[in-house]
Amino acid sequence: MVRDVSFGQYFPGKSPIHRLDPRAKILMFIAYIVIIFCTFNFVSLGITAAFTVLFLVCSQISFKFYLKSLKLIILIVVFTSVLNLFYGSGDPLWQWGIFKITQDGINRAIFVTVRIVCLILASSCLTFTTSPTELTDAIERLMKPLRVIRVPVHEIAMMMSLALRFVPTLLEETDKIMQAQKARGADMESGGFVKRVRALIPILIPLFVSAFRRAYDVATAMECRCYRGGAGRTRMKQIHLSARDFVAFAILAAVIGGVIVCNILLTASI
Amino acid sequence: MSCVLELKNIGFTYGRGTPFEKRAVDGVNLTINKGELVGVIGHTGSGKSTLMQMLNGLLRPTDGQVLLDGKDIWEQPKKIRSVRFKVGMVFQYPEYQLFEETVYKDIAFGAQNRGMVRGELDEAVRKAAEFTGLSPDLLQKSPFDLSGGEKRRAAIAGVIAMDPEVLVLDEPTAGLDPMGREVLLSQIVRYHKERKNTVLLVSHSMEDIARVADRVMVMNKSRLVMLDETRKVFSHAAELEKMGLKIPQITKIIQELRGRGFELPESVLTVDEAFAALLPLLKKEGKIW
Repeated sequence: MVRDVSFGQYFPGKSPIHRLDPRAKILMFIAYIVIIFCTFNFVSLGITAAFTVLFLVCSQISFKFYLKSLKLIILIVVFTSVLNLFYGSGDPLWQWGIFKITQDGINRAIFVTVRIVCLILASSCLTFTTSPTELTDAIERLMKPLRVIRVPVHEIAMMMSLALRFVPTLLEETDKIMQAQKARGADMESGGFVKRVRALIPILIPLFVSAFRRAYDVATAMECRCYRGGAGRTRMKQIHLSARDFVAFAILAAVIGGVIVCNILLTASI
Repeated sequence: MSCVLELKNIGFTYGRGTPFEKRAVDGVNLTINKGELVGVIGHTGSGKSTLMQMLNGLLRPTDGQVLLDGKDIWEQPKKIRSVRFKVGMVFQYPEYQLFEETVYKDIAFGAQNRGMVRGELDEAVRKAAEFTGLSPDLLQKSPFDLSGGEKRRAAIAGVIAMDPEVLVLDEPTAGLDPMGREVLLSQIVRYHKERKNTVLLVSHSMEDIARVADRVMVMNKSRLVMLDETRKVFSHAAELEKMGLKIPQITKIIQELRGRGFELPESVLTVDEAFAALLPLLKKEGKIW
């Protein structure tokens, strides 16, 4: 049910991608997003797509899960590519009323599809191979410079990791409460829209109550361990850049270089 | 005696077809008679809770059939809701299911879903509250203002108010203080005696089971290993201990004494029984220690 969603889940492992420094992964992910939207011809698009396949394979995670994560956005992909298909300029290849398909439109549709798919695959790869704690740690470290302008970096990171930690707990709780209310004859499967929304009340109220109770419990537990924010706090797991990360940087740099060279030398397709 | 629930070769597998596949219940056959109080024991993870959730159709068995009054409950999957009124289920820590503005409304929730109205509903709610020992002045309070024990009672009353033929209680006394346990347990027994309904009681407390159950079923590693009269089940001390279960302390003491050559009955379930068994022995031998 609720637990079947694979987008954003973490799969523990020891692949080269798993062992990259999470900071490096986030930075490369950002660079990758930029570069994928800077591909203007088929060769550079091919290079980034090949690079995507490369790191998916390196992550040693079954393609089944990647396909599952794509399932969520299939509608968006279809919608935007169809829209792009009809928005091209140039000589129409096919026309019906105000709808026309041009070579430019077809190219646009292909580009937008490949870009979105690559984007989702890359972000799935990031969350599949990086545990939530690693992610928030990395974000905290990367945002450190913002402390100069008084952004509460540590607090933001702490909130994120607490929120992530409680996702599975609350899902489990929702399941339990749903079962209990169903046992009392709550009807969630039939009726019109209003009836279905009303049927959520017996689930949402206990869920909120228990979420607040848990929040108080965690706050008390943190205070008992003398938590007073980020100042002077050391970490159990230090993250370091290693040779592996520099290899990854080099590969990404080559891909970026390739895309830029292609863009300069070849004519743009869109 | 007529049987109310019958399980035919029931099995349940979680996450079928995924790497997390787990067989939780395997090949269970049993019948529950009308009006009996059956204790359910088993180690954590032995499949008790999964089995209980199949009794009222919250989980659909992956194999086998559940017969309620002789009819397969999954014959018409769309009408499964009606089964949930006949087999009332009280989950572990049921106080987390409370949600209404007043205790009264919360207790009435299930009964209303069953279709009870006005007079009938009011009577069902008040009777259920009385059975669980909730005083009438609490009924108009918010359930979130009650104490832990009172919340538990209110939640159990919410299931009793539906007037189920079979009541399944999953560890109703967990986390209560000794006094609260004692009172709740005797109220369950009173409910069982007065309504003459079938009750299934899951518990980790062998003392409680020994005191109230007519029969006991033992689950171990997804399988049903015993279903017999309480006295007979607790005479298999060695087997139960192998499954990580215990027998009531008093039963254990009497069995040890028997092992040392004292003439005592094979299975004693309560302190009172032990007292009655030891007294004549004391008179006969004058002094036994």
